[in-house]
Amino acid sequence: MSFLQIRDVRKSYADNEVLRGVSLEVARHEVVCLIGASGSGKSTLLRCINALEPIDSGDILVDGDVVTGLGVDVNRLRRNVGIVFQSYNLFPHMSVLRNVTLAPVRVGGMDRRAAEERALELLARVGMADKANAYPDSLSGGQQQRVAIVRAMAMDPQVLLLDEITAALDPELVGDVLEIVRDLAKGGLTMLLATHEMGFAREIATQVCFLHQGSILERGSAAQIFEDPQEERTRQFLSRVLTARPA
Amino acid sequence: MTDGASARSTTVSLAPAGDPRRPPSSGAPPILPLAFAALAVSLLAGATATAALFGLHGLIGPGAPALVLVLLGATALAAWAPVWPAVSALLAGRRRAALLLQDDVVRARHAAATGRESARTAMGYALAVVVVAGLIFFVTANSGAVAHTFLRGEFISLAWADVAKAFWVNVRVAVGAEILVLALGLVVAVMRMLPGPAGRPLRALAIAYVDVFRAIPGIIVLYLVGFGLSLAKVPVIKDLPPIWLAIVALTLTYGAYVAEVYRAGLESIHPSQWAAARSLGLSYGMTMRTVIIPQAFRRIVPPLLNDFIGLQKDTALIGVMGVIDAFMQARLVSSQVFNLSPVTVVAVAFVIVTIPQARFVDRLIRRDQARQRAGGS
Repeated sequence: MSFLQIRDVRKSYADNEVLRGVSLEVARHEVVCLIGASGSGKSTLLRCINALEPIDSGDILVDGDVVTGLGVDVNRLRRNVGIVFQSYNLFPHMSVLRNVTLAPVRVGGMDRRAAEERALELLARVGMADKANAYPDSLSGGQQQRVAIVRAMAMDPQVLLLDEITAALDPELVGDVLEIVRDLAKGGLTMLLATHEMGFAREIATQVCFLHQGSILERGSAAQIFEDPQEERTRQFLSRVLTARPA
Repeated sequence: MTDGASARSTTVSLAPAGDPRRPPSSGAPPILPLAFAALAVSLLAGATATAALFGLHGLIGPGAPALVLVLLGATALAAWAPVWPAVSALLAGRRRAALLLQDDVVRARHAAATGRESARTAMGYALAVVVVAGLIFFVTANSGAVAHTFLRGEFISLAWADVAKAFWVNVRVAVGAEILVLALGLVVAVMRMLPGPAGRPLRALAIAYVDVFRAIPGIIVLYLVGFGLSLAKVPVIKDLPPIWLAIVALTLTYGAYVAEVYRAGLESIHPSQWAAARSLGLSYGMTMRTVIIPQAFRRIVPPLLNDFIGLQKDTALIGVMGVIDAFMQARLVSSQVFNLSPVTVVAVAFVIVTIPQARFVDRLIRRDQARQRAGGS
């Protein structure tokens, strides 16, 4: 059975229908890339899965449990579903180490010492161990984003949502961050990522979904979507982004 | 200088006709008239200040200690100081003329700019001297009636010990109220931000409290709490010493202001911080405590201190509820000697306490601005 199931999810902001019946299944260890123009609903979909945005109708199931609607323990859900944001959203008043250990200690009930040890280990894996006591303001965007990924991973989520995590970065910093995502994928982490990095999506995705105006217009393997898109809209979108940014 | 002016000067310099030795007008005022004006203002300031200090000297009387005479003399000399930059402005103006004759336009322009700066410095200093001299005239006017009313040395020395002791009451009331206000303001601000229908009653309560206590003048709250609560024989409260009632009253008034300061701080934290904290599984309360309040607190320190300065000054009102504070004490002495000098002592005490805090707030604000310019949060 699929680990993550999204069934006919609809979501509106006032009169603006952002998600118009999105359905998606993600199996364990899958890496699903959401592509599409800005405003097509990629970010909203990710935020709904993490319950940061309430949905209007439909169901989202994680590991067989419905996680939307009343009475759901969203704090428990979020322990299993991590999210990394486009603008990092680190806590500026805490050191890197405190950023990473906050949730394991306060939510996971971990011993502070154990949490710090594990945080240092994770930070070392992304090359940030020497910045453990630095504050986010003193880090570059790429470094901040690496810390944000570690912060999400410190809770050992079963699925990680990545919301255009390289979109705010200077081009030369993108590679480092993508390298980490590549490693996570190799480690078998289930991931759902909204991205504008077509080359990366093509390399890493087990499934690519093209969103257009709030619904998934086309889905398939990376090879199929990028080499033989069936829909005219998909072809237009790909030709626009691929000529704009030669991969 | 506006773009229009510079564009015009370019056209002038490109024009074939005209005196080639005259540099294009830069739109700045001509140097020599400015220098003469500066000299005139400086001389006037020096003369005014000297006259004022003579008056002051006459008031102090011939028996003044030598140190006072030396101080007066030094002050009088200092009042003439702006004459120096005014003269150097004049010299710069002449240097400019000489340089122009040698066709050294660049150095001439430089001399003129230096002279203008000196002239402005002279005028700024001289104006300040005139204002101070005016104050001295005011104090010594009416053959010293003003000084005699507010600044009689013997009454100041008579009152200051009692007033200083009573000022300790003001300090204790201020510190006590400030501690309580910090707590009350935060509670009310958080109440006002509670989400959902479940939070509505508490939200309404918080809004009502803030509206009511911001509307009632502090002196009336002091009066009502001071007399009303003990008149009504409210248990516990009627037995509180009056100084505690003063603290309670000021806390009620300033808690409302500070709650609004807190609220502005809490609401200024970007929603993405909420999203990040909640996405990690932190509850609403935990997010508030560990992520939102610590960040908000840093931002609100300057406005908070401003409100505290206001609170400290309002401790001078607690006399209305029968507490003998510094102001009350000073008025008691004043009415005995029929002179306001003891009250001046209280005013000075408040100035001494407040100025360091005001400078501290300025520094915090500058630091925040510097951080914002640096692109921080």
